[in-house]
Amino acid sequence: MSRARADEEEYWHSSKFRAFTFDDEDDELSQLKESKRAVNSLRDIVDDDDDDLEKVSWSGEPVGSISWSIKETASSSTSSLESRDSGLPKGSSSYTALPKQASSYSLSSLFKGRNKLPSFQSLSDALSDTGVKNYAPELRRPRAEYKDYSSDWSPKDTVRRMQRGKVCSLERFRSLQDKLVLLDEAVAGNDGNVITAVLIFLKRTLRKEILFRELEVRQVALCHLIHFLKETGEQKLLLDLFSLCLSFLSLQLSQYREHLNIQDVEKRKEFLKGCIGLPFSAEDASHIQDHYTLLERQIIIEASDRQLERAGQSEIFRKYPRKASILNMPLVTTLFYSCFYHYTEAEGTFSSPTNLKKTFKIPDKQYVLTALAARAKLRAWNDIDALFTTKNWLGYTKKKAPIGFHRVVEILQRNNAPVQVLQEYVRLVEDVESRLNLATKYKCHDVVIDTYRDLKDRIQLAAYRCKVERGSAEEEKIDSILNNMVRNTA
Amino acid sequence: EHEVEKMFTLKPGRLPQADVKNVIFFVRPRLELMDIITDNVLREDRGRAPQRDFHILFVPRRSLLCEQWLKEQGVLGSFIHREQYSLDLIPFDGDLLSMESESAFKECYLESDQTSLYHAAKGLMTLQALYGTIPQIFGKGECARHVANMMIRMKREFPGSQNSIFPVFDTLLLLDRNVDLLTPLATQLTYEGLIDEIYGIQNTYVKLPPEKFAPKKQGDGGKDLPTEPKKLQLNSAEELYAEIRDKNFNAVGSVLSKKAKIISAAFEERHHAKTVGEIKQFVSQLPHMQAARSSLANHTSIAELIKDITTSEDFFDNLTVEQEFMSGIDTDKVNNYIEDCIAQKHPLIKILRLVCLQSVCNSGLKQKVLDYYKKEILQTYGYEHILTLNNLEKAGLLKSQTSGRNNYPTIRKTLRLWMDDVNEQNPNDISYVYSGYAPLSVRLAQLLARPGWRSIEEVLKMLPGPHFEERQQLPTGLQKKRQHGENRVTLVFFLGGVTYAEIAALRFLSQMEDGGTEYVIATTKLINGTSWIKSLMEKLEPAPF
Repeated sequence: MSRARADEEEYWHSSKFRAFTFDDEDDELSQLKESKRAVNSLRDIVDDDDDDLEKVSWSGEPVGSISWSIKETASSSTSSLESRDSGLPKGSSSYTALPKQASSYSLSSLFKGRNKLPSFQSLSDALSDTGVKNYAPELRRPRAEYKDYSSDWSPKDTVRRMQRGKVCSLERFRSLQDKLVLLDEAVAGNDGNVITAVLIFLKRTLRKEILFRELEVRQVALCHLIHFLKETGEQKLLLDLFSLCLSFLSLQLSQYREHLNIQDVEKRKEFLKGCIGLPFSAEDASHIQDHYTLLERQIIIEASDRQLERAGQSEIFRKYPRKASILNMPLVTTLFYSCFYHYTEAEGTFSSPTNLKKTFKIPDKQYVLTALAARAKLRAWNDIDALFTTKNWLGYTKKKAPIGFHRVVEILQRNNAPVQVLQEYVRLVEDVESRLNLATKYKCHDVVIDTYRDLKDRIQLAAYRCKVERGSAEEEKIDSILNNMVRNTA
Repeated sequence: EHEVEKMFTLKPGRLPQADVKNVIFFVRPRLELMDIITDNVLREDRGRAPQRDFHILFVPRRSLLCEQWLKEQGVLGSFIHREQYSLDLIPFDGDLLSMESESAFKECYLESDQTSLYHAAKGLMTLQALYGTIPQIFGKGECARHVANMMIRMKREFPGSQNSIFPVFDTLLLLDRNVDLLTPLATQLTYEGLIDEIYGIQNTYVKLPPEKFAPKKQGDGGKDLPTEPKKLQLNSAEELYAEIRDKNFNAVGSVLSKKAKIISAAFEERHHAKTVGEIKQFVSQLPHMQAARSSLANHTSIAELIKDITTSEDFFDNLTVEQEFMSGIDTDKVNNYIEDCIAQKHPLIKILRLVCLQSVCNSGLKQKVLDYYKKEILQTYGYEHILTLNNLEKAGLLKSQTSGRNNYPTIRKTLRLWMDDVNEQNPNDISYVYSGYAPLSVRLAQLLARPGWRSIEEVLKMLPGPHFEERQQLPTGLQKKRQHGENRVTLVFFLGGVTYAEIAALRFLSQMEDGGTEYVIATTKLINGTSWIKSLMEKLEPAPF
């Protein structure tokens, strides 16, 4: 290891930089102090006049701030760290005094705030309703306070201050023009907290038509508003927004998303129906249409099956009670369900598998896999046989599987199919190698023997003789084949 | 020291009993958490004496939205303090910082919400206040550009922040996650990476199935196996872990067995200890040896657990497909393995990881192939996943090949992303972390250090977002006079998340003898393919309230 590396090591481990270890409480403390020091040196970024006496006065100042009034105890991280360090009691005592408006500083600032902002509507009315009369003593106006409440900040300054977590009045921005400049500044600042704050202000002070119209050209802000409405669960406004903005935005999916919040299936179905008409891409539109059709189906199937199950007349439902309702299940699950409970139904009924297959254009592969799994579970081997049997125009039958017979065997085996059934399909595996593998693995002796016979492989056949039971039919078969082979070659 | 009585994790219901005056909620500004706090506060027994005072501390920032939410619930007034604790970057290890903001990628790329970038910039300013102004800033990607702009602006607006600390970092490299979408999708093959892939590492802790950790006693008959998951902390403080964490898993076994021999040899030495002095020396070493032994036992168990999985057929098949895609084989048609996995209803995230990987390795899928996958996924897992698919498309993870040109082969060849001869035991290249694939992001860092990005201009243009260089002037007294052989230190900031394998690759570069550069890593969140895709999926269960 080079010297520099060792230095590096020392640097990371030296106590001064303990901030990077997780050793024990002591370190966390020093870490806190470390970051405090850092924050202090960053004072200008975080906050500019934290330790001043004036601070108390403006933090008691709620006037004029609307949504920001709830930040009346705002202080930067610096002071939060300090109060942590110095223990809470002290901190809390100084703050509990605030609501009482005991400090003369805050009185003065309230007074002044009134003067400067004649037309405020305050959310925090509790604080500003009484006791604030015109006779507040005219104290020395602290410099910082003066700065804080000068009302001629540019939108830019306002946004900067808000980013630093300071109390800010947005009420000054009264014209639409001003408000939009403010919004643009907030967006340019990249701070979601501030953007949202401005949006809340705009949402409250503008008619929604105007707000939505302006947001058309302000995508970032629009995204924030949508997110905000989603978070706070204002469904109605959200849907209004969607219906107004659909024309120019790809918000169709966001509207579609809302169906997830609808618990009642009938209502959900109706909602989905409404979604079909939205201007989706061709691809998406067909999926949404399918979703609607599927739910519609499921509601019908569920109603009739629940009744069947309750009545206790149908054998299948008695033997295999349903574990869950079929509502809102994926298509393939629904297909499985219908292959399980409604396999023999005519194509005309909604619940028949063939009808599902046709309606949703389910690919052959998918259909066969699902049907196979469902029928194998019911041990309906005849159905499986029929599934793979095709007739040609001469009336000959032939076995065909779009998924390959090795997959068929796998699925059957997983469902504990008996050897007789299994070997029938092992025999159909085309590739000799994998046929032999599967047959050996699942002990389908007949298939192994026949395959070796066709291959005229005496040695393997003789070797396999040891693997079958003594005196069994298989052993006899092997012996007779071996004898025949000898005779033929001789 | 601060007379903190007890610490509780946040959960709904009544607050636990504790005879204290002050209760502090230390929370991320998220609405779900606000609901829990509301519940806590409302259930507080009003009659009890003394009354408890509530305080709330937001990490990293106060959120107006949260406070308003509390106000609507009528509990805002219950809080005497509402403050923020500006903890932007949390140290995870000697060379690793994370913001632990899991939704950062989603926010930046899906919701165009760049708040996390703002926090990243603030975190970087704090870091510079502690460790000196970083003279050089390089970056690639849209978000990187934003962060650099914000840093420069913050610096300009507060000239007082100019500090006089000798700079520790020579270079800052900002990288967007969407510049390299490929790497997190592939299965990590380092020891730590695999632990994360299989069990998920949360804040340096991992929870493991307990069976393998049962104390082995004779005659116990496995009666009372522990049922609680075994929880272990993983970081470089543990000597053995520090040694093996970044190795390819195939190289871990031999290290473990070597260690086992050394430790048993050390324990054997007690037989040779004859004099009192020797015995005393032996005893003094005992605690260290015992710690080493238990650490070895733990990691042997973990390695066994992982081996069970890595030797399974499905893991192998999955890896084979991944490696085919990354080396550019058959990326333009429907993959049989993926089709089979869908038919067998493997976890959706696994399917999405593979499909996205194929898409990224082909610069987008052919429309026909994409449509086929989408249809299969929707029919098998439910139509509502169209939302997730849409998110993936927005993030660029899944797309149709529009230009008709596949850039990936060019990128792969120029950046040497695929190495055929990998040495997993004694690696000579970063590609060992994925047994063949060299993470693109780390390649960019490597090439930046030597010979510089000018040599790969063409490829940089193919990757999304701008690339740039900024300089921050230092006062003359602070300019570094580099001594011969002294390493440069580069801080690499991954915006949108970083994987353990990428960290391993950067650590490997740091340790290279002639590397000349050491790396410190910062990120918005430690991720793996699964957690990443999950963060992009629509939450489909309706909210619980």
